[in-house]
Amino acid sequence: MTSMDEHRLRTLTPSVIGILVRRGADFAAAEDAVQEALVEAVRLWAAEPPRDPKGWLVTVAWRKFLDAARSDASRRRREELVEDQPAPGPGASVDDTLQLYFLCAHPSLTPASAVALTLRAVGGLTTRQIAQAYLVPEATMAQRISRAKRTVADVRFDQPGDVATVLRVLYLVFNEGYSGDVDLAAEAIRLTRQLAAVIDHEEVAGLLALMLLHHARRSARTRPDGSLVPLMQQDRSLWDTRLIAEGVDILQAALARDRIGEFQAQAAVAALHADARTAEETDWVQIVEWYDELVRLTDNPVVRLNRAVAVGEADGPRAGLAALAELDETLPRHVAVAAYLHERDGDVATAARLYAEAARQAPNLQERDHLTRQAARLNAGPLG
Amino acid sequence: MMSRTDQRLRPWSERGHAGPHRIEENLMAKYLLLKHYRGAPAPVNDVPMDRWTEEEISAHFQYMRDFAARLEGTGEFVDGQALSPEGTFVRYDGEGRPPVTDGPFAETKDLIAGWMVVDVDTYERAVELAGELSAAPGAGGEPIHEWLEVRPFLTEPPTVTE
Repeated sequence: MTSMDEHRLRTLTPSVIGILVRRGADFAAAEDAVQEALVEAVRLWAAEPPRDPKGWLVTVAWRKFLDAARSDASRRRREELVEDQPAPGPGASVDDTLQLYFLCAHPSLTPASAVALTLRAVGGLTTRQIAQAYLVPEATMAQRISRAKRTVADVRFDQPGDVATVLRVLYLVFNEGYSGDVDLAAEAIRLTRQLAAVIDHEEVAGLLALMLLHHARRSARTRPDGSLVPLMQQDRSLWDTRLIAEGVDILQAALARDRIGEFQAQAAVAALHADARTAEETDWVQIVEWYDELVRLTDNPVVRLNRAVAVGEADGPRAGLAALAELDETLPRHVAVAAYLHERDGDVATAARLYAEAARQAPNLQERDHLTRQAARLNAGPLG
Repeated sequence: MMSRTDQRLRPWSERGHAGPHRIEENLMAKYLLLKHYRGAPAPVNDVPMDRWTEEEISAHFQYMRDFAARLEGTGEFVDGQALSPEGTFVRYDGEGRPPVTDGPFAETKDLIAGWMVVDVDTYERAVELAGELSAAPGAGGEPIHEWLEVRPFLTEPPTVTE
């Protein structure tokens, strides 16, 4: 089976779960049954894919569900219940995909549980794939998922949900980076596209645009040795212009609805970067305005930090340092931003000292290496 | 193409609003709970294991196993390993020569006994778990109160960087 087929197969996951739930299965059992059916599909479809993949999945998953219910003596009551159900016919006409997103991002779940459950029940990934992506043992991830299912066991399936919590989960999946065999960024984009297809919401569009605009820069972000390339030094010919054009189109359509939100504003910043043919052409004044908007929307200290960088580019490093001085010094990356602005201001000694300090505080290897190189470059002097 | 967007900047009260949600970078984080043979401050119940009763030793290891099993159940366990105290220092000694070995050095200040790796929602949760692990029973069945070192893992960089 090609990866394209596997994608199509996984796309069917939420609606097949929905059909089983409508036939009387509880969510947890339905989800398990569909997972088993997916595994069987991957094995059998390689030779000959069925003409009606969704119908095949529904039939096989329903049989798996009945088998599990029968083999479990403690579930005898449910078995009687399901035996009363009409024989499985063609899939119901209602598509429950959106309900699955809501359920898996239910506010009673911790973000980590919501992410794991979404990747399995909406994304159709196996527990092993999710465990590998998050670098934890499969047994640990299995427990995390079954606890999450227990947490939402009493949530009514047709209960209306909150789009904002779904978006937050998808954003977290996207932001987890590019580690592991499963490409979480690509998976997040797929799930956000699928969400955008079943709900018309400007922030869903905003998030999708944000993801596409960042994904477009993916191959320019790291050198072959894995080290980070800062945005201003990236080879812009490596940016994916098709993804950028798509992201900007989606964003423009969302902004035209005049219901601004956090993800649209973030996407606008990304679009302004993407729109500049060279780093020097970046419209920093407008980027500062969008950060002002983001501060109003979120009042997030990390946004204020990014705003200080943008102010430093728009109005000069002194203005950036003044904006930075208003912020809590213990914020992550505060020292790194200070180092950058001091270097731009010509204070090389202070910048070198701060880069070294920022490297010690860096939360990941790539950033630490990058900041250490900056300190080394400045310590080596003007000829270094 | 984005040059017209600035005209859309108006006071936010005029707009619809998707509600406050925080911009977060990463999800769960991994922490190393590091146990020392030497190098950590002395525990409260500072009796070496070879002076415990066999029952006390069994109770201690049972506590550790139960702790790991409970963390697996909560979906927070990543790894746990114990190390032999006997180690050898090794270094490169030049092209074509075998590495130099030395030690063990009795005077080395820091000696790692083992570790547990947890994947948790918050730093506070990592500290809470280290506290529980430190309560493992020792002599007299009383908690050892040993000092554990909590160290965050370096992560992958986030996708969204600006």
